[in-house]
Amino acid sequence: MNSQEQTAPLLEVRNLSKHFGAVRALNDFSMVVRPGEVVALAGDNGAGKTTLIKAISGVFQPTGGEILLRGQPVSFSTPQEAREKGIETIYQDLALADNLSIGANIFLGREPMRKAFGFLPVLDRKAMAVAAKQTMGRLDFHVSRLDAPVSNFSGGQRQAVAIGRAVYWDAQILIMDEPTAALGVPEQRKVISLIHQLKAQGRGVIFISHNLQDIFAVSDRIVVLRRGVQAGERKISETNHDEVVKLMVGG
Amino acid sequence: MTSTSSSGGTHVAPQADHGDPARTWIARIADGRAWLFLAGLIICFEVWSRLAFGATFVLNPFNVQSIAIFAVAPLLLATGQTFVIISGGIDLSLGFIMGLAAVVAAHATNMAGAAIPLPLAMLAGILAAVIVAGVPGVINGLLISRLRIPPFIGTLGMFGVARGAAYLLAGGTTVPVQNSWFALLGNGKFHGVPYLVMITAVFVVVMHYILSQTRFGQHNYAIGANVQAASRAGIDIKGHILRLYVLSAMCAGLGGALYAARFTAGAAQAGEPLLLDSVAAVVIGGASLFGGSGTIFGTVAGALVIAVIQYGLVFVNVEPFWQFIAVGLVIIISVLIDQAQRRFSGARQDE
Repeated sequence: MNSQEQTAPLLEVRNLSKHFGAVRALNDFSMVVRPGEVVALAGDNGAGKTTLIKAISGVFQPTGGEILLRGQPVSFSTPQEAREKGIETIYQDLALADNLSIGANIFLGREPMRKAFGFLPVLDRKAMAVAAKQTMGRLDFHVSRLDAPVSNFSGGQRQAVAIGRAVYWDAQILIMDEPTAALGVPEQRKVISLIHQLKAQGRGVIFISHNLQDIFAVSDRIVVLRRGVQAGERKISETNHDEVVKLMVGG
Repeated sequence: MTSTSSSGGTHVAPQADHGDPARTWIARIADGRAWLFLAGLIICFEVWSRLAFGATFVLNPFNVQSIAIFAVAPLLLATGQTFVIISGGIDLSLGFIMGLAAVVAAHATNMAGAAIPLPLAMLAGILAAVIVAGVPGVINGLLISRLRIPPFIGTLGMFGVARGAAYLLAGGTTVPVQNSWFALLGNGKFHGVPYLVMITAVFVVVMHYILSQTRFGQHNYAIGANVQAASRAGIDIKGHILRLYVLSAMCAGLGGALYAARFTAGAAQAGEPLLLDSVAAVVIGGASLFGGSGTIFGTVAGALVIAVIQYGLVFVNVEPFWQFIAVGLVIIISVLIDQAQRRFSGARQDE
């Protein structure tokens, strides 16, 4: 690692380990994510990508090592704590409630209330719709029917809703687990352009994908994991598909 | 797949949503199908009754009152059942929780009546019924949320337990209530509207508010659609499920108390035939048994459909066994409409 980027890291992982009994799923792993940077995590199945993101997002407690957020050591006992600190994970299976509107999904679990007739607390659907419209607008997705359930929208749009939720709650680090895996080609392209926008807004993105084409289209750096250890780290501008594949399979 | 007009980096202006008017139309009809059924049924019975007896069916206030009274008990069970079914569960114990509550209401009213004034004794009886009904609800909720027993099995077990408890408490017979206020509550009217119907109407509006306007209701829909998403959003699933089954049991508790008022007696078998009616009302009302959809007002229409079929067939002098066939057909047609609508909207999910 060199220090040619002047910006302080948003997220830093130092010597992180996670052992399940005798299995060393993750061993002495380090990486940094800077503001406005997209870091791709690559590796074969079982290389430890999922363990790593679960340790960062508070699902697992790491066995050793530390996580620093803007230079401050943090530890999360639940995913909610990680989310409150601005680390949001966007899961492959989207984690949306299909029967609810975009606004309701953005606010799921933290719904705004208002007082009807001055005393009766009711859900503030208008505020949710307004926030949904603004947030989706920031991602350049313009939806007209804000009361429609998200099941009415396409895969890419739903991915945008999941990302929009993270953006609305001001996540600084977005961990995206295979965000393009279940999508058709035009939709994949939309998601890639969404990631570009997140980057332009100065957020850090950890992008997990099997698709090297997507990784090369959007990432600044690539970190390759193999059997729980870091097998290599390259700047995208200084590497190519062949080298990454070699790192992944250990050639 | 062929739209290659834009290359990797530039943003592809996304299409707006798929909300074309035709789909919303069909969705609206499907959502309101219970009210359409109700209107259709009333017209059928009206025509039938005029042709057969030259008398009106629906314009006769006595008929309307009777249907409303008929619908009260199944509707109270069905409001609780609506919440449970939307969450993706089912509560089979409601019928006997209602019976248990009816017996408790009768006993408690009688006992309290010996010590305190009758109107207060009546309130004490109703309160006792609702609270005692909450106990099996708590057990249901704990079984399902903490011990991960499927709702169908957990509440089936509670069905048996509540049934036995109700018969034991009633001593195997019906328990008469000695309280004139309680009898008045069950049979009195105000300007032609029975008190029972008024209480139920207020209760239904409150339940509609809880389902459609509160976080509890919103989370209930989310859990029914995608438990994992709800849990990742930070919703306390276990706590919610617990409160949910307590709520549905307490609805049955109120149903039992009002049963005791109407018949001035508590009987363990009070809710026995009503359990499946309550599920039917919810399904006819537009909820999906897979969870995630349904409304209280849909369920109201569903309960009224059943009540109109049952009362109407008696009114036009058809053998009562046809009721079962008619209700069964309405359930099947209702689910078919739901599936047709799902298939239609499902086909439009991809670009």
